[in-house]
Amino acid sequence: MAVINRPGQPPLWKRRSTVQDLLVWLGWLAAVALTVACFQFISERTIWAFVWDAPRQGADLVGRMFPPAWGYADQLWKPLWDTINIATLGTALAVLLGVPLAFLAAHNTTPSVVFVRPLALFIIVASRSINSLIWALILVIILGPGVLAGILAIALRSLGFIGKLLYEAIEEIDRTQVEALESTGANPAQVLSWAIVPQVMPAFAGITVFRWDINIREATVLGLVGAGGIGMQLEASINTLAWPQVTTIFLLILATVAVSEWLSARVRHAII
Amino acid sequence: MAEPLLVLTGLTKRYPTGDLALDGVDLAVPRGQVMALIGPSGAGKSTLIRCVNRLVEPTAGSVRLEGQELTRLSRAALRRARRRMGMIFQEYALVERLSVMENVLSGRLGYVGFWQAWFRRFPRRDIEQAFRLLDRVGLAHMADKRADALSGGQRQRVGILRALMQEPALLLVDEPTASLDPKTSRQIMRLIVELCEERGLAAIINIHDVGLAQEFARRIVGLRAGRIVFDGPPEALDAAVLTAIYGEEDWSRTIRRSDQEEDMAEAAA
Amino acid sequence: MSATTFDAAAAARRWRPPPLIASPLLRYAVYLGALAYALLALGSIEVNWTRAAEGLDRAAAFLSGFFPPDFVTKWEDIQEGLLESVTMTIVSTAAGILLSLPIALGAARNLAPLPVYLFCRAIIAISRTFQEVIIAIIFVAMVGFGPLAGMLTLAFATLGFMAKLLAEDIEDIERAQAEAVRATGAGWFSWIAWSVLPQVKPRLIGLSAYRLDINFRESAVLGLVGAGGIGDTLNTAFDRYEFGTAAAVLLIIIAIVLACEYASGMIRRWVQ
Repeated sequence: MAVINRPGQPPLWKRRSTVQDLLVWLGWLAAVALTVACFQFISERTIWAFVWDAPRQGADLVGRMFPPAWGYADQLWKPLWDTINIATLGTALAVLLGVPLAFLAAHNTTPSVVFVRPLALFIIVASRSINSLIWALILVIILGPGVLAGILAIALRSLGFIGKLLYEAIEEIDRTQVEALESTGANPAQVLSWAIVPQVMPAFAGITVFRWDINIREATVLGLVGAGGIGMQLEASINTLAWPQVTTIFLLILATVAVSEWLSARVRHAII
Repeated sequence: MAEPLLVLTGLTKRYPTGDLALDGVDLAVPRGQVMALIGPSGAGKSTLIRCVNRLVEPTAGSVRLEGQELTRLSRAALRRARRRMGMIFQEYALVERLSVMENVLSGRLGYVGFWQAWFRRFPRRDIEQAFRLLDRVGLAHMADKRADALSGGQRQRVGILRALMQEPALLLVDEPTASLDPKTSRQIMRLIVELCEERGLAAIINIHDVGLAQEFARRIVGLRAGRIVFDGPPEALDAAVLTAIYGEEDWSRTIRRSDQEEDMAEAAA
Repeated sequence: MSATTFDAAAAARRWRPPPLIASPLLRYAVYLGALAYALLALGSIEVNWTRAAEGLDRAAAFLSGFFPPDFVTKWEDIQEGLLESVTMTIVSTAAGILLSLPIALGAARNLAPLPVYLFCRAIIAISRTFQEVIIAIIFVAMVGFGPLAGMLTLAFATLGFMAKLLAEDIEDIERAQAEAVRATGAGWFSWIAWSVLPQVKPRLIGLSAYRLDINFRESAVLGLVGAGGIGDTLNTAFDRYEFGTAAAVLLIIIAIVLACEYASGMIRRWVQ
């Protein structure tokens, strides 16, 4: 904000000074130009005839998708069970690995700020940068297709997520509660379990449930690269252009995600 | 004559920022003596008691408790030594998500192993002792309440019990009443002094409130800019001394007010 | 204190450590349920151990791809994939945010009439339920292979994400401030501009930065279903067992994600 004093006249109030104004406008201009240039780039790689045809294609697709093949649902229960297992066991494994990692990464609990902490942070970053689908792709090459690859893919992606949020929670704990137990003569392991763990418990539970909810969603597509679950059926149905089956799968996914979201909201509510 | 319980010699603390918090403090506290440490904010009161149990590492000087030099102890030996010094905090510093009983029992952590503590398998004797102390301060029925469900005064009582569970010889008390209302403050101070008398404990009490210090402590030490500028009985605390500790101010009302409070308390008792 | 003498010994005998779940019935139900589920789920994983054992060689081959990673051989492909990913990210974030603003206003119960509210909430629900990859499959079917499908996917996902969080924010805005402006006799649009927008602006900027970061990560997998981006390059590299190139792509993704995260963290700190 700027107030411009003019001799002989009441001071002029403007939100920004003229230079600031100019900079803001230039910033916006640059952002718009960048976006347009990027769109240009995408546009060059697009066959626009297909796009103009999209509404008809879309209508056609919807026509072929309905009515859903309800009978197909019978074959989906086992893949659905697998999907839920991939998400749940994957989250459990991620917790087992991610919790120690978080304690190694947090500034106030790490055994060594110079050696251990950077390593733990690197593992967290690497895990988080790579999407679970890419983890699945790698694991399917190594382990072969199946549920195990899916579980490990979910675990490898979630471990960084849980590790990061948990170590931030650990760094934000109340220092004096830790001091109080240190002053009783408790050893470091006891201080960890009596003063730090109780403080981060709610955050930990919230993070885990939150990630489980996300993982249910992720697990529905891992099958596309062969890592088990309902995505395998989706892949097969799309490849054979069996669109009514695809609709059935979508509806089932919709229902599952809705239930998991409701469940995780309930659990989070109960904890806090 | 035997050595006093706690002897500080030339205790100095310089923070990495360069601030000199303690400047060669010499102090001896005999067994069973309740001592109040007064002084303006930033005088080094908090640093002094934290240097005793090495929550803050002293830069130079010696700290001897029961004849043992603390400043050169290894981590493990320091933990054993800390069991003899109970600390009471300004903001109570209870582990809020643990129950009252667990908070009291946490004073025994220095005496039990990790797994024993993890599964809460404390010796029956400790649990009995905890219940006796909780009953003593009127909180036995709250044993399984979570600590964050308690009022300020109740929390500070639990904080005191945690320190007592350590079977200490010395209490280090850091502004015990700063977060409490005047009435609860008096109750807490009285409780600390009574418990010290019952058990023959010495105490160093950091306190802002000169009136409370005069009323409850038998010895007052004034700290200013990291140096001891007064050491004597509460009666010797007059306007000149307060000026030496806190700087120029009209002290007549402060001294009179503490007398009035005493009258009020007697009327209330 | 106590009127009757208190029996500490008896109380100590009765005392038990507080359990995590207070009700014993619920406690055992939860423990048993968890145990039964773990057994069932673990029992239903089919692992082809001989195949997994063979995987060790492949894992070694994959890891050796990192020493050193091969940036050179397929540099053209990597460059093309990266440019697609980056442009997709930028355009979709911009478009998604622009579209999310009206939807967010419509999805805030304190601003919108009920039919509009339900319509906007339905869009948000669909966008958030389906994993990006599933949405990408639909868009690829409609507009053909290429980065446009990826861009549309990410824009749609951004729309749901931003609109939900912004709508919650708008619902929480301070009533008093909003009413004060309304009391000056402002019209609906100036009311939005003067009271609602300033209150949600910092959060809008913070969320946008965060979403830009997410969109880049997601853009790396959309290639798996033909929606363009670096995922395409990665998938091809894996298909041809060119692990050196795959390692290079993974390292580039990690580096860019790190840079994005750092930048978005800076932006968020700067805004608040």
